[in-house]
Amino acid sequence: MAQDRVIKYKLIAVGGSAGSLEVILKIVGVLPLNEDVALLIIVHRKNDGESILADLISTRTKFVVKEIEDKETILSGHVYIAPADYHVLFENEKMFSLDSSEKVNHSRPSIDVSFESLAEVFGENAIAILLSGANADGAHGISKIKQAGGFTIVQDPESAEVDFMPQQALEQMKPDKILNSAEIAGFLQQLFQ
Amino acid sequence: MEAILVKDEEVELLINELAQRYGYDFTNYARASLRRRINRLITIDRIPSFAELIYRVKNDADYLTHLVEEITVNVTEMFRDPFVFKLIREKVLPVLATHPFIRIWHTGCATGEEVYSMAILLEEANLLRKSLIYATDLNPSVIENIQRGIFPLNRMQQYSENYVLSGGKKDFSSFYTAQYGFAKFNQKLKDKMITATHNLVSDRSFNEFQVIFCRNVLIYFDKVLQDKVLKLFDDSLEKLGFLILGSKESLRFSPIAKKFVQVEKEKIWRKIE
Repeated sequence: MAQDRVIKYKLIAVGGSAGSLEVILKIVGVLPLNEDVALLIIVHRKNDGESILADLISTRTKFVVKEIEDKETILSGHVYIAPADYHVLFENEKMFSLDSSEKVNHSRPSIDVSFESLAEVFGENAIAILLSGANADGAHGISKIKQAGGFTIVQDPESAEVDFMPQQALEQMKPDKILNSAEIAGFLQQLFQ
Repeated sequence: MEAILVKDEEVELLINELAQRYGYDFTNYARASLRRRINRLITIDRIPSFAELIYRVKNDADYLTHLVEEITVNVTEMFRDPFVFKLIREKVLPVLATHPFIRIWHTGCATGEEVYSMAILLEEANLLRKSLIYATDLNPSVIENIQRGIFPLNRMQQYSENYVLSGGKKDFSSFYTAQYGFAKFNQKLKDKMITATHNLVSDRSFNEFQVIFCRNVLIYFDKVLQDKVLKLFDDSLEKLGFLILGSKESLRFSPIAKKFVQVEKEKIWRKIE
C-alpha cells in the first residue's frame, strides 16, 4: 500500500474524458517523475491529425512528453500520451504496442483496454487514476487493476466536471482513494517525493 | 459471469496448433493484441474453456476460418487520416501520372475501404483508366466484399467528411447508390481492382509496384516479422515508388530505412535507391 513508502510503482496510468484535461494538467504539473516510474495518459479525443494534447502537456512539465508510436520503448521519467484512434497495450514492462481494432465503449483509445493490459502486465506495480468523463469507459479496467493488487484512485464525482465516469467506477469497485483534483496531484507528489 | 482469460502458455499452444495444422503462422504476432483478440473471441462465442476452443479448432474447419478472421483485425475506414490522402493527391499522383501504366498494391486491406479511397483519387485525377489496383488480405471472406463494393450506409457521413478533408471536391454520394442500408459503389471504381488472398507471413513478392499501402498491419507484428515484411515491400517496390504506412508506424528502425526518405511528416516513404 501507499503507506509503506517503498516505491514499487513503475507505471501510473491516468484515464479521463470530458472535463478531465484541467486535472491532468494539474497532475502533470506537480508530478516528480523519477527513474522508477513512467506516466501514461489516456484521454478520449477526436483524431484531427495534430498533437495539440502532447504540446499542451509539454508546457507543464520538464519531462519528455511523447505520443506513443508502434512498439515504443517505455522509459521511466517519461510522459506518454495515447494517440488518437489507437488502443494502447503493454507488450511487457518495457514496451507499448498499439491496436486499431474496434472501439470499446465507443472509444479508441479506450481506457478499459489500457487498464486491463496494465493490470495483466504490471499488477501491483501499477497506479490507475480515473477522472471526469461522460461515459462508462475505465470502470471495468480500474476494477481489474484493483484485483491485480495495483493502487487505484477515482476522482471524487462531486469535484468532477462530469461525474458519470467516476460514478460508474464507484458503482463497480471500491478504490484505494477517492480524491478531488487538487488532492490527486498532492497525493502523487507525496508518494514520489 | 466473468469470462475466462487465456494464459500465456495457452496462447502459444493455440499458435502452434494453427501453424502445424493449417499453416497460419502467428508466431511473430505481437502478443498483447493477439491475447486480447483471443479473449474477445472466447467471450463473444461464449466458449466455456480453452480446451473447448482447441477442440473446435481441431474439429471444425468453419470455426477455424471464423477464428482466424476474428483474431486478425479487420477494422478500416475510407480516407482514414485524411491528410495522408491529401498528400497522396499532392505528391504521389503527379508522379504516377508520368507512368504509362500504374500498379498499386493494398496489402492487409481487410474489407477494402482504402482500396476504394485510392480508386476515387485515381479516378478524380483521370488516372484510373491506366491503373491496376491489387487488393490482398489473409482472410478470403473479407476480400469478397471488395468485389461487391458494398459498404454500410451509416458510415458514409464520416467518409464524406474524410473525403472533403482529403481535398475532395465532389459530392461524396455521387460515388455510390444507396440501397437498403448499404452504399453500393460505382462499377467503374472496381473495374480496375484485382483481389486475392496473400499472407504476409509466408507469401512472396508477386509483382513490382509504384505504390504499396500497408496501414495498421505492422503494429500487430513483432520486430522480426516487421523487418521481414518491410523487406518484402522493398522487393516489391520500384525505385522511386512509395510505401504508405499507418500513422504510428515507421520503417525508421528497419534495415531498409536507408533506402527510403519520408515525404513530409506523414507516413509516406519514397524509395530512393
